[in-house]
Amino acid sequence: MPDEIKKDQPESKPPAPDSAKPAATPPPAGHAPGHPSVSEKKLATKAAAAASTPWTSPLVEEIKKRFQGSVIESHTMVGQNVIILETPSLIEVCKFVRENEIMPCDYLVDVTAVDYPSREKRFDVVYVLHSFKMNERVRLKIYVADNETIPSVTAIWPTANWLEREVFDMFGIKFSGHPDLKRILLPEGWKGHPLRKDYHLQQMDDEWVKANLNIETGQ
Amino acid sequence: MADVEEKVITALHDHDTFLDSSELIINMGPQHPATHGVYRVRLHLDGEKVLGAESYIGYLHRGVEKLGEHGDYRHYGPILDRMDYVASVSNNLGYCEAVEKLLGVQIPPRAQYLRVILTELQRIASHLVWLGTHAMDIGAMTIFLYCFREREKILNIFEKYFGARLTTNSFRIGGLQFDTYDGFEAECLDFCNDFPRRIAEYEQILSDNRIWIGRTRGIGILKAEDAIALGVTGPVLRGSGVKFDIRKAFPYECYADLDFDIPIGEMGDTYDRYLVRNEEMRQSRRIVMQAIEKLPDGPIMGKVTKVIRPPAGEVYHAIEAPKGELGFFVVSDGTTTPYRTRIRPPSFVNLQALPPMVRGQLVADVVAIIGTIDIVLGEIDR
Repeated sequence: MPDEIKKDQPESKPPAPDSAKPAATPPPAGHAPGHPSVSEKKLATKAAAAASTPWTSPLVEEIKKRFQGSVIESHTMVGQNVIILETPSLIEVCKFVRENEIMPCDYLVDVTAVDYPSREKRFDVVYVLHSFKMNERVRLKIYVADNETIPSVTAIWPTANWLEREVFDMFGIKFSGHPDLKRILLPEGWKGHPLRKDYHLQQMDDEWVKANLNIETGQ
Repeated sequence: MADVEEKVITALHDHDTFLDSSELIINMGPQHPATHGVYRVRLHLDGEKVLGAESYIGYLHRGVEKLGEHGDYRHYGPILDRMDYVASVSNNLGYCEAVEKLLGVQIPPRAQYLRVILTELQRIASHLVWLGTHAMDIGAMTIFLYCFREREKILNIFEKYFGARLTTNSFRIGGLQFDTYDGFEAECLDFCNDFPRRIAEYEQILSDNRIWIGRTRGIGILKAEDAIALGVTGPVLRGSGVKFDIRKAFPYECYADLDFDIPIGEMGDTYDRYLVRNEEMRQSRRIVMQAIEKLPDGPIMGKVTKVIRPPAGEVYHAIEAPKGELGFFVVSDGTTTPYRTRIRPPSFVNLQALPPMVRGQLVADVVAIIGTIDIVLGEIDR
């Protein structure tokens, strides 16, 4: 045990001085003053790896052909394929993606959202799909504005039920046609959607806490 | 005489008597020993028969995803230990790999092999907890003590290596923090050599046991197409006969160099899932033995900057956790703090399959079916 604690300390100490230094030096040389040459090289390769490159495949071509103007963009990032769609065409495209012959995505892995409050359409809603036939994955993405209702994909993939409820609970994005759209992790009647960027880490619904738990605050 | 009979019959129909069977709603949980945590299921019953079920979760919600957006990339590891707390090593592995993918760093071979050894030991430990508690729910007490005896050996190795038994944390972005202690390999091999005899013991107690078969055969059947539609993963999916394992489908770490099989079930019932998990423990043991034999020398930490600052972008990375596909969707905006850390927990999605599985079964079987899905509420509620 003592051994491990000793090992732990030098590892956890450096960040403070390190993170203080880059601010003083110009940004390109900002990382790991210990071995600048290595880290600079690393940084260059990293930036290239995360850059998104245009991607096309028979599936994308077919979607573009069948649903005119549905695809905003399709790209590859870190070796993963993403198709960005227009919201109105979501259900049609999802049905096609589920049932097509090229790459039938029968398994909906995940539905989630990301909040960018400064954007006009502030949410990304992301669908991660897997095709057992091709053993390949693709991500569908749509941009959603605040208070915009988007169609639910529960009729296509029953898995979406809880996943969409969680997105509703955490971001307040409403799904039309969902069989049972209500909060899932937070209690019914809670105000606010915690994973929005404007929801503070320590924020909580004090009214709800007072009314239901008989305490002044949960903090 | 006929008049009287008719009168009695109409009287019985007019008043709700014991002859009428109306739907009864009972709450199971949130404090119930068989729900494996604070989980509430609302059962609609007709006598002993289950007509439907609704799940209520969130009692253990701690905002893990929100916490991820408020710290350094490396600060997130210890929080993730508290997700699936019987398999914390897997949680760390998934997160570290997702960030490494975004960074584009390769981790040294020794770290890869050690990671695999530790996660596979953790898989065995997690399955042992599952088997012990599942069997105890159904009424087999002995097996619980047997399973925890073996799990203890794994936790002893963990204690020496990680310095913790449950909330283990040594996986870092780029490699590992600790190298092995003296005798690590020998202790792992000791365990592995002893383990087949132990699994044989469990199977001797359960596999041909009439009560066990009666309580699990044909109970909670999940057909392959339903399993895929519901998105279940891990042993639940494989129990239904779908051969899908992330370790084979998208090999990470050094799994491509290791030889192991993916067991699958036939009927998709509780007994099949029991057989699948038992076989998985054997396969995990095989993986550990191979990894120890091949364990290379060398550094355990890759070349990673002290301050983790991945380029702006997003990545979804999944690993095969003991309970199924554990995915991390990490979005970076180019700063030292993750912009979004989404966790796709296997138990959360698998638990959705409970209502279709319990429909038409008896109340007592609900306990068996909750057990067979193998849920951990820390991971479901996050």
